[in-house]
Amino acid sequence: MTSDVATTPDGRGVPRRSSALRILPIELFAARRPHRLVERSVMFYRRAWMLLVSGFFEPLLYLLLVQVGFATLVGDIEVGGVSYDYALFVAPALLASSAMNGAIFDATGNVFEKLRHTKLYDTVLATPMTAADVALGEILGAVLRGTLYSIAFVFTMWVMGLVGSPLIVLAVPVCMLIAFAFAAAGMAAATFMRAWSDLEYVNAVTLPLLLFSATFYPVSSYGQWSWLVQLSPLYHGVVVVRGLNLGRLEWSMLGNLAVLVALALVGLAVTARRIERLLLR
Amino acid sequence: MHGNWRWPASLPCRTVATVPPSIITARDLRKQFGDFVAVDGIDFEVEPGESFGFLGPNGAGKTSTMRMVGCVSPITSGQLRIFDLDAASDGAAIRARMGVVPQADQLDAELTVVENLVIYGRYFDIPRAECRRRAAELLEFVQLTERADERVDPLSGGMKRRLTIARSLMSEPDLLLLDEPTTGLDPQARHILWDRLYRLKQRGVTLVLTTHYMDEAEQLCDRLVVMDQGCIVAEGSPRGLIDQYATREVLELRFVTGDVGDHDAAPAVDIAGIGDRSETLPDRTLIYAHDGEAALAEVHRRGLDPVGSLVRRSSLEDVFLRLTGRTLVD
Ligand SMILES: Nc1ncnc2c1ncn2[C@@H]1O[C@H](COP(=O)(O)OP(=O)(O)O)[C@@H](O)[C@H]1O
Ligand SMILES: [Mg+2]
Repeated sequence: MTSDVATTPDGRGVPRRSSALRILPIELFAARRPHRLVERSVMFYRRAWMLLVSGFFEPLLYLLLVQVGFATLVGDIEVGGVSYDYALFVAPALLASSAMNGAIFDATGNVFEKLRHTKLYDTVLATPMTAADVALGEILGAVLRGTLYSIAFVFTMWVMGLVGSPLIVLAVPVCMLIAFAFAAAGMAAATFMRAWSDLEYVNAVTLPLLLFSATFYPVSSYGQWSWLVQLSPLYHGVVVVRGLNLGRLEWSMLGNLAVLVALALVGLAVTARRIERLLLR
Repeated sequence: MHGNWRWPASLPCRTVATVPPSIITARDLRKQFGDFVAVDGIDFEVEPGESFGFLGPNGAGKTSTMRMVGCVSPITSGQLRIFDLDAASDGAAIRARMGVVPQADQLDAELTVVENLVIYGRYFDIPRAECRRRAAELLEFVQLTERADERVDPLSGGMKRRLTIARSLMSEPDLLLLDEPTTGLDPQARHILWDRLYRLKQRGVTLVLTTHYMDEAEQLCDRLVVMDQGCIVAEGSPRGLIDQYATREVLELRFVTGDVGDHDAAPAVDIAGIGDRSETLPDRTLIYAHDGEAALAEVHRRGLDPVGSLVRRSSLEDVFLRLTGRTLVD
């Protein structure tokens, strides 16, 4: 492995590796105090807790929709030769989607604001904190918030009788990974945004993801387009979370998790690099 | 007003025993943005405990220089050492020992006044209880204790500036960088700030500041460099620079433009030989003389009739005019 000394001119000390390894989580090693930004978010939400509470309601409405709407109309659905209640099938997919949505919205609009308007990150970078701390810290903040929602979501599923297997408790850590991956991707995207209107592009991505991730139908129903579904990172989250709720674990799920890990690492690396380029000129 | 204010134990107060190395050493320091040269190979040194200024007009390269010293902007070439560490490779370690007051306050609008200070201390890994203690002391120091639990937005410009200075002191820095600390503030707010900075200076904090106000440079700087278009054009103490580049006094004359036609040609001929030299500006003529009153008498003796005249001590403004042919603030 080639690895020359840390000589970035600004002293952020990110070691350079050979190009094949460049995308690896070098940023993770350059980060020292990402939790300080999480602390800052906690400080903020302690007073603005209403903002937190409002985030619980959207997924709740989804669940009600599933419970009283689809489930009664659609009836049962067959997965791998076993028949399941449609509500058990779709609720975990909504859990995965809401982890994605929450994280993405936290990491785009909020980050754009701090990056371009309030200049929070300029302030932070004047301290011993690094661009990697900013990237990782903000992503972790979004994950933390998303975790609260995921726990509430699982709890609500349980109350509504939509839990099919006790394995569903493992869906919370999986949703944390989903949130991390999409927060990282979203924050990376936010560094490329030039105006508020660019947020529309985020919607333009998340809505198709929601529709083409085997959220509402099994992947087989996409027919010859099912390969396309494989390209959606959300699909890989849906597969695992759904598997947990139906009590069906498969080795291939490790592959699904790996896709999310890859997205998380790439998003993190791109974000840290972009922040460095934008703010440390 | 602040007679019984006590120096907080947490603010730096030190005695220098041996001859220490310079706090900042810059050699042939350059900063380029693409093809544009913002800082064009400057050399300077800042000694511990001194108060050092960059005086120059907008666009001179002051902020670019400060950002390089603050280790938030990579140097294009040259050498920059701070605390005897290399700015290029030890940025985080340098930043840990430095306080920064950026040109724009950049306060955290989502947090309260005191939270702004506490979280800033946390960025330096200072324990939370200690952050709270320092925040309370510093709010006292910048006279914002009553506003501690308010949001930042409604504060006046001067208050925000003071809060930013308090924030920069949370880490008890050895070196304080201030980029245009009082630009845009009203005179009273400026004087409060100068007073606070003067106290810091007396306690041995090394101050490095930029300004385009000559009175600020005269008030606060032991030593300064005059910057113009990315270059240092002069260096010295405020008094030394004035002695070197200006006369003791300046006679300012205003003529009615209509009387003399072209505003520069007519008086320039008539005042030739009065004082050491003269400078003609769009709105007035300056005559540099050791004795301003004598020069004015000579102007009258020659039959010139300015509509206004003023004898004043020369200032850094005159130094800048002499060196660049332009005024500092236009
Ligand atoms: N990030 C940047 N990209 C391009 N040009 C810049 C950038 N920052 C500053 N400049 C230019 O460099 C010159 C010096 O700017 P600056 O250091 O801010 O001067 P000062 O602080 O003395 O007013 C200006 O002409 C400014 O437009
Ligand atoms: Mg400036």
